[in-house]
Amino acid sequence: MTVTTGPGNTGGTEEGSGARQPGGPSGTAPAPSAGSEAERPAHRPLPVRLLRRPELGAVVGAVALFVFFSLIADSFLRTSSLSTVLYFSSTIGIMAVPVALLMIGGEFDLSTGVMVTSSALVSSMFSYQMTANTWVGVGVSLLVTLAIGFFNGFMLTRTKLPSFIITLATFLMLTGLNLGLTKLISGTVATKSISDMEGFDSARAVFASSVTIGGAHLQITVLWWLLLVAVATWILLRTRAGNWIFAVGGGVDAARAVGVPVARTKIGLYLGVAFAAWISGQHLLFNYDTVQSSEGVGNELIYIAAAVIGGCLLTGGYGSAIGAAVGALIFGMANKGIVYAQWNPDWFKFFLGAMLLLATLLNAWIRKRAEATR
Amino acid sequence: MSDRKHEDLPMPEDLPLVELSGVSKFYGNIKALEDISLTVHPGRITCVLGDNGAGKSTLIKIVSGLHQHDAGTFRIQGEETRLGSPREALDRGIATVYQDLAVVPLMPVWRNFFLGSEPTVGWGPLRRMDVRTMRRTTRSELLRMGIDLRDVDQPIGTLSGGERQSVAIARAVHFGAKVLVLDEPTAALGVKQSGVVLKYVAAARDAGLGVVLITHNPHHAHLVGDRFVLLKRGTMAGSYEKAELELDELVRQMAGGSELEELSHELRR
Repeated sequence: MTVTTGPGNTGGTEEGSGARQPGGPSGTAPAPSAGSEAERPAHRPLPVRLLRRPELGAVVGAVALFVFFSLIADSFLRTSSLSTVLYFSSTIGIMAVPVALLMIGGEFDLSTGVMVTSSALVSSMFSYQMTANTWVGVGVSLLVTLAIGFFNGFMLTRTKLPSFIITLATFLMLTGLNLGLTKLISGTVATKSISDMEGFDSARAVFASSVTIGGAHLQITVLWWLLLVAVATWILLRTRAGNWIFAVGGGVDAARAVGVPVARTKIGLYLGVAFAAWISGQHLLFNYDTVQSSEGVGNELIYIAAAVIGGCLLTGGYGSAIGAAVGALIFGMANKGIVYAQWNPDWFKFFLGAMLLLATLLNAWIRKRAEATR
Repeated sequence: MSDRKHEDLPMPEDLPLVELSGVSKFYGNIKALEDISLTVHPGRITCVLGDNGAGKSTLIKIVSGLHQHDAGTFRIQGEETRLGSPREALDRGIATVYQDLAVVPLMPVWRNFFLGSEPTVGWGPLRRMDVRTMRRTTRSELLRMGIDLRDVDQPIGTLSGGERQSVAIARAVHFGAKVLVLDEPTAALGVKQSGVVLKYVAAARDAGLGVVLITHNPHHAHLVGDRFVLLKRGTMAGSYEKAELELDELVRQMAGGSELEELSHELRR
């Protein structure tokens, strides 16, 4: 790229003042430069554009993993196996997508794993104790979960403490509350079954049903997952809010200086995470009728790992929702693929750790290449 | 977006766009600024010079809406004001370009150009950024300022420091700023890059903007400045028209004047 200076500068005077006519810049701007614009391609060639996509590394990894398990595990390619893989991926992916958006916005959330459990517990216990329609519990759970998300975002923007600390505190408090309140109310560490309560069947249809397409069971969570990916991608790439998410993650001071509502954007991101935690929590409840209060601990790191494998930068400002979804798919394939290959599943976590490291190195290398080929 | 221009009312020639008089700012017990006066006229460049810690950045923060003054008056086009936020300053026509934090490095040039003022099309949940217009306008507006980018999709962090400053200036001009505040635009740049940026500063001035140029480089200030305000430890050390001040005198003042003479005595062998 070049910066042309020289004789144009004095001419720039008239052009500059011309630009200040109402409606001038947007309407008539291309006219004086149309000639030079035509000589140059408006877009970079396809390979370069592909290299610049944050999810490229994850897609390559996912394809490699798919081919690998197809070759070594005979049962991997069966439709039933693939639908199991998709189901497991979707339970991670529903959370990984908003977590990725949050990370692009430059923040963490360590409370996501237990927040899912909290959401399920609130829904279950409210319905049971109040003998209300399960949909009332589902609604109350939505409000409570959003309130937790708002608390995270509000505390973060108010105190200016790192999100790591704020959400670590929320994580610990929720872990304690989940266990303590459940024991206090139900007398045990699990909730009572609500499967015979009013509205259970319709709620199960929304959060935990499955459809059979050509012999394959497709869980409804897969649809929720795809819907969230589509909405998140739309927000990120095509709306003003998406522009602000990239900006608050990539340069918060610059964003503030040009008038981006930083606090509102970050609180919105935490609300998005909470909304997804609500969907996951309701699935947990309506899939099994009861909820274990100690569940969910450790899942927050899985969601973050999926987002990172999908190309999100830990430092913010870079990443994609599609990448996070592919990251979740990699988790699903690895988890179930090991079973289908009849390996000892004890090795799963080691495998994941190695993959996270590889994916991050690959992503860093691709990004360097992409910047070099500009 | 671009309608926010100054086609409003013809202003009397002598009414300054921005006028500070007797402005002070305290951080707790510490006086950061005391009794500062400054005027900015359309089509003129006011340079604010001072050493590190002289209060330049505090002054800039008051004008750009990040901080509020504690005493004195701050007028925008004759109307007394207290700015609550950078957004409010922008809406009143004051755009600030900061040295390091003018842009978000990882974002493409076109996203940076419209950041905070993105044009949209559509309605309700389908309301979206007008990406085509944003890309096209970015290219043509930069070209108008003499910056020829091959690709507005490249991350702005891949541009040189001078180019990034120039993009930020072009952005302020496009969005109809009446006052452009530049914080040390040439501080981190080499000689050639500085020259490029100063040309854009002059272009903005010629387009009728009032410019506040914060710098500690008297050579750059004297090249483009019409008026010079010298700060020293939070107070005004002088205020001059260009005609009243030779470059040598400005350099001497900025180099520390009598302090430098003392220093040369101490260092003599």
